Amino acid sequence: MNGYRFTLHRFFAVLMKEMIQMRRDRMTLGLLIGIPVMQLFIFGYAINMVPRHLATVVSVADPGPFSDSIVAALNNSSYFDIVKATNSPAEARRMLARGDASFAVEIPVNFSRDLIRGAKPNLLVEADATDPAAGSYALAAIPNLAVTAMRDDLVGPLAPLAAKPAAFNVVVHNLYNPENITQYNIVPGLLGVILTLTMVLATAIALTRERERGTYENLLAMPTRPVEIMVGKITPNIFVGAFQAMLILLLARFVFHVPFIGSLSLLAATSALFITALLGVGYTISTVARNQMQAMQMTFFFLLPSIMLSGFIFPFRGMPGWAQWIGEVLPITHFLRIVRGILLKGNGTFEVWPEVWPMILFLFAAGTVAITRFRRTLD
Amino acid sequence: MNYAINVKGLTKRFGKKVAVNNVDIAVPEGEVWGFLGPNGSGKTTTIRMLCGLLKADAGEGTCLGYDFRTQSEEIKRETGYMTQKFSFWEDLSIRENLEFVARVYGLPKKRKLVDDTLEKLGLVSRQKQLAGELSGGWKQRMALAACMLHSPRLLLLDEPTAGVDPKARRDFWTEIHKLSGAGITVLVSTHYMDEAERCDQIVFISYGDKVAQGPVMKIIEDSGLITFTIEGERARALADELRGKPGVEFVAFFGAMLHVSGYDRALLEATLAPYRGDPALTISETHPSLEDVFIQLQDRAARGAS
Ligand SMILES: Nc1ncnc2c1ncn2[C@@H]1O[C@H](COP(=O)(O)OP(=O)(O)OP(=O)(O)O)[C@@H](O)[C@H]1O
Ligand SMILES: [Mg+2]
Repeated sequence: MNGYRFTLHRFFAVLMKEMIQMRRDRMTLGLLIGIPVMQLFIFGYAINMVPRHLATVVSVADPGPFSDSIVAALNNSSYFDIVKATNSPAEARRMLARGDASFAVEIPVNFSRDLIRGAKPNLLVEADATDPAAGSYALAAIPNLAVTAMRDDLVGPLAPLAAKPAAFNVVVHNLYNPENITQYNIVPGLLGVILTLTMVLATAIALTRERERGTYENLLAMPTRPVEIMVGKITPNIFVGAFQAMLILLLARFVFHVPFIGSLSLLAATSALFITALLGVGYTISTVARNQMQAMQMTFFFLLPSIMLSGFIFPFRGMPGWAQWIGEVLPITHFLRIVRGILLKGNGTFEVWPEVWPMILFLFAAGTVAITRFRRTLD
Repeated sequence: MNYAINVKGLTKRFGKKVAVNNVDIAVPEGEVWGFLGPNGSGKTTTIRMLCGLLKADAGEGTCLGYDFRTQSEEIKRETGYMTQKFSFWEDLSIRENLEFVARVYGLPKKRKLVDDTLEKLGLVSRQKQLAGELSGGWKQRMALAACMLHSPRLLLLDEPTAGVDPKARRDFWTEIHKLSGAGITVLVSTHYMDEAERCDQIVFISYGDKVAQGPVMKIIEDSGLITFTIEGERARALADELRGKPGVEFVAFFGAMLHVSGYDRALLEATLAPYRGDPALTISETHPSLEDVFIQLQDRAARGAS
């Protein structure tokens, strides 16, 4: 079938045309570069930043050396700022309700006595759960802080108490305990998600735009072949994608301090493959969509599973089998494993290969569908 | 005789609607043929089928010796098709559009070719302007130049002079006749009668059917139409009066003049007789113009269709 034949000068003609058009479309070009930076900052920080200096009120119903040590330890840690110390639990709760404090730490009556008796008193922590994720790191830190704080107090006859894991219980109310997501996981994941969004969208409108502007008829009336048009339209976007990836990785390295253990050239090569696969999807969409609105909807139809079923949000192995199957088809699933593998574990070509060939397969499938679906007439 | 276009039984349906119905066209090499018909009659659809942009539902034949149904790629390489609606890239400059075309066809000495074309167009000083910023007429002229860049053997022009000023229109037709002298075949759709009269032959379609074909004079003769002109101050007022009278097929204005046409000379004479006495009116027989014939063809087709 001559749809697959390829002539260099016609490919070059399309390529030049696309580059000029891209250069002229400042708005889109700006978005292509601006969006990833913005998203990375917004999501990178929103999802990962460990909140510190959270306003905290302590109510001490049992003053003494133990409670002093605990309060001092809380204050010394960067997680908490003690905004008020009171002896009324009711007032502490009021501050929590008004939002003047995110935490209320209550040291109950007879705390010291019970502690010394070995009766394991409760250290009550109330957290403002309206923003549940905000305090999770801080909450996780409390038990250790308290134990360390009191090591100095529990000496002499009390020393045996210090040796135990904890001489008291930390009771947390409204504790929201999310998965322990670290930015090391999220930032590489964002690379995949951002590329998926921008690359698919950029090519999804490639042909629909020609169709809507009436230039499609001219393109078809000339002897340009489907594969020449496709490669000519995809190639400039590969560079845009490469630029985006570079930008994101630079930010990941220097702003989010993600470790870069593995080979950068391997990362570049696999990213290029991933980008090309995405452009293939976008182009396939543009051969099917009748107008830009449809192209947009199909893009989101592809984007949602890429976010949900790829292991970006939910742990991949925790999903039901059928969802994993869908995930395995998507290039982003493999790309996420590759990026995390290379950056965090230092994986090499050998370890990465099992994730590479599914992407190659996907690319060829998408390309074939695109060429076959390409309408060579206006019917 | 060698035919640049030779197709038979060309048919195209959109859903239930038949846009082109069993049309035969045979254009000898080097001739200029006009393609006429009212809006929506199927001109654009026919031209698109000829260059492979639409799949014909029925019909067979050749374009430039290639099977028009299976060898559209070969046809495209040697055909220049100018679309009715401007279809060049508005966000490319005039020069960039021409360069794109030159690259697609792999033309040698691209730079000089584009330079010469711009020169001929008179657009050298505006070559960097975006095509979208051109006025309607200039867009047409640019499109025409672009579709002739690769020296095609066949030109399919869909209303190339719509919105073009009279001087440029005359230049265009001079160019067309020069090309035809050099052996290039041209099929051009138009709504202008003066342009139709410059063609070797005319194909007239209506509601997808070919209703007339031939050189202008023959079409006029074949129509069997008899036309009288009425001149004078009161002539305009007579139009409504005469419409529908016995023997009068239709009445049309040509400036201050009235054309009254029909098929039956006796009836027509009888109808006009009472006005002959009026000293303010001059009534005389004339050759029907092409426009008279077209209006009649269109009327008849409309009546047939309804
Ligand atoms: N893509 C299409 N889908 C459905 N109907 C169509 C399509 N293209 C054309 N038609 C119909 O086919 C008929 C012929 O249209 P065409 O454009 O060929 O007319 P035309 O002779 O070029 O008219 P004009 O003088 O206005 O340019 C019209 O009734 C039109 O509505
Ligand atoms: Mg038309």
